[in-house]
Amino acid sequence: MNRWLLWLPLVLFGLFFAAVAVGLIMPKNDIIESKMVGKPMPAFALPAAVEQRPGLSSTDLTKGKPTLLNIFASWCVPCIAEAPQLLALQRAGVEINAIASRDTPEDIANFLNRWGNPYNRIGTDTTSKVQLELGSSGVPETFVIDGNGIIVHQHIGDIRQEDVAKLIELLEEAG
Amino acid sequence: MIAETGLIALWLAAALALLQFALGAIGLRAQRDEYFSAIRPVAVAQGLFVSLSFLLLIWLFLRSDMSVRLVVMNSASVKPLLYKFAGTWGNHEGSMLLWVTVMGLAGAFIALFERSLQTRTLVATLAAQAFISLGFYAFLLVSSNPFERMFPVPADGQGLNPLLQDPGLAFHPPTLYFGYVGLSVAFSFAVGAMITRDVGASFAKAMRPWVLGAWIFLTLGITAGSYWAYYELGWGGWWFWDPVENASLMPWLAATALLHSVTVLATRDSLRAWTLMLAVVAFSMSMIGTFLVRSGILTSVHAFAVDPERGSFILALLAIYIGGAMALFALRVGTVKEGKRFELVSREGALVANNLLLSVILALVFIGTLYPLLVEAVTGDKLSVGPPYFNLATGPLALILVSVMAAGPLLRWRRDNPKALLNRISIPILLTAAALFALALFTTGMSILSLLGLGLAAGVAVASFAPLWKRNLRRTPLHTYGMVIAHFGIAVALTGMACESSFTEEKLVAAMPGDEIAVNQWKLKFEAIEPMAGPNWTALEGRMTAQYGDGAIHEITPQNRMFAAAQTQTSEAALLTRWNGQLYVVLGDGDSEGRWQVRVWWKPFVPLIWFGGILVALGGFLAMIGRLRRGYKQRKQREYAEAML
Repeated sequence: MNRWLLWLPLVLFGLFFAAVAVGLIMPKNDIIESKMVGKPMPAFALPAAVEQRPGLSSTDLTKGKPTLLNIFASWCVPCIAEAPQLLALQRAGVEINAIASRDTPEDIANFLNRWGNPYNRIGTDTTSKVQLELGSSGVPETFVIDGNGIIVHQHIGDIRQEDVAKLIELLEEAG
Repeated sequence: MIAETGLIALWLAAALALLQFALGAIGLRAQRDEYFSAIRPVAVAQGLFVSLSFLLLIWLFLRSDMSVRLVVMNSASVKPLLYKFAGTWGNHEGSMLLWVTVMGLAGAFIALFERSLQTRTLVATLAAQAFISLGFYAFLLVSSNPFERMFPVPADGQGLNPLLQDPGLAFHPPTLYFGYVGLSVAFSFAVGAMITRDVGASFAKAMRPWVLGAWIFLTLGITAGSYWAYYELGWGGWWFWDPVENASLMPWLAATALLHSVTVLATRDSLRAWTLMLAVVAFSMSMIGTFLVRSGILTSVHAFAVDPERGSFILALLAIYIGGAMALFALRVGTVKEGKRFELVSREGALVANNLLLSVILALVFIGTLYPLLVEAVTGDKLSVGPPYFNLATGPLALILVSVMAAGPLLRWRRDNPKALLNRISIPILLTAAALFALALFTTGMSILSLLGLGLAAGVAVASFAPLWKRNLRRTPLHTYGMVIAHFGIAVALTGMACESSFTEEKLVAAMPGDEIAVNQWKLKFEAIEPMAGPNWTALEGRMTAQYGDGAIHEITPQNRMFAAAQTQTSEAALLTRWNGQLYVVLGDGDSEGRWQVRVWWKPFVPLIWFGGILVALGGFLAMIGRLRRGYKQRKQREYAEAML
């Protein structure tokens, strides 16, 4: 066997190393974002989820004032975790509307009694159809919507304390 | 306290690994026996401490201790117990700890039980093993501490990736990891043998059970992974040539080649340099596979735990281990004698052909997997290489490989007569020809590859039993039975693959409850759609009944699941298995008019693919038992003879 052939595996490995090192260094956008960000909200009209609050349609979100659209469910544990932050946002004067995903009126009412109700309007999305149209894949998720019904930002997962300021800032920018 | 104890055990194990490496390195240099006798207990202690650390991590998961970051990120208190358990390794840190634990246990096992190697080679092997482990310990302790605490303590965890929330997959990663680690042991053996220049039959015999064990686990892992992707991802395919799938296929291909070449080395003391090279390549492939899956460098439907920083760490380890071993190979292999010669037409010849074909297939898969990465690095364009390339590139070679597999076991060692071979293999050849003729006559629309595959499968199924012809079946060694079953398993799997790709019937409809869907002989009635709730998910479930011809009516319930904690949707396909195939039903999304997307496949003989895979692993298992038993007997006889002297 040729002597230099023995070094071939090492050379090939060197090439592999160089290629993946370049790949690793190159910046990557790895945030899974809805394709709807930057686009107008799809048209929808959802019936009321509970008696105390009216239902929600896409035209409710084009009244000139930036709003939050929160997708939640009574069966979702992280939604409980984010409830205090939503109440804080409401106290700060933010209008929050909601879509209840795959839920029943009794369960939603219980959830709101127990953890507080920061919502103006709550539409019920029993089959997650609207949720999927929005490009949301789970609960909780929150969309920042400007006054013309354009989605400016998508927050995936529960809103933590440190996220509140950023959401308010985004709402102000949208206004 | 549990978490802290686990971390301390991990540090101790790492320190012991350092000591183990130092004892080996200094001992080999200084030629001192006292270093050699100290290394075994150290290896055993390292194995015990790292196992303790892993057991404590499992305990933390079972207790749902939400003050530990890893538990929070990968578990939830409402999760079923099995998935809390599996959550331990269903994540980056836990799986790395599992890896190093199995490596530590393997080192302890070698230290306790390995008797056929020269002491110096054994010491070099244990030192190499400790050196590899050190990289993983450093990785765990420096950049991914599994026992890290989290303040403030959150209310609940985020749950395991729902795609992983499946009993089959709970045990899929450990299976593959046992395979990877087995290859790391083979790698350590090769490095040890290269350092002491002791490459021969006794080295091959010591290495073989580890290669065989690794290969059995890899076979099972790939088979299980393929079946999981088939029923969980809901696209109805059993192999997608996805980078993550390839990451497990590549080590398997290398291990298959290594398994055969190490047998040549053990039996005939031939193919020395080649076997060393394959041992290095096989371990490289498992490291590269792990790297590809963990670094997020390739886009894949199931690349979990994506993190470029960790990718860099694994890449650095890769560079040290693989680069180092390949340099050692290039420097040392010139001094390794090639071993005994053989003729082209011989058992060795067939095994060389097997090795070359497997290597070329491996290279093609490797190129296809990394090509997108290379293009992106050079031009910045994103592209993907899909099934058309892989099927076309590897399919024909795989068929040639299967033909060699049928002929190989019928050849004699060292030299054989081509005419005699033709004589021995005439029945399988005739059978293949007959099958091809019948298929060409009675079927339509089969691709050439599937046609040849199905014809060949018939011949190979018979040929794989040929080594048992005219033999005393009770005196035939167990490992021969193992080979027969493994080769037969390949024929079975090949049948399943060819049937699946040729005879599958598919229907995609938008159906309302009350509608009927017909596929092949099946009548499917869509009765209703209902919400469902599980322990940590909600779902929409389709209620359907299926009837084959005028047969019995079966109820099937495909689901569309939503996981609350991890915000993911999965599709639970409904499978109905009959002796002649599988009915596969997926419930898709609904539209505003109340119609639902329903996908129905009838896949004749598709379960044979996985049944074949299990047979292959079973064959390996029998061979393993046979080899170990024979080795034990021979050692006892030798000891007895020595005692008599």
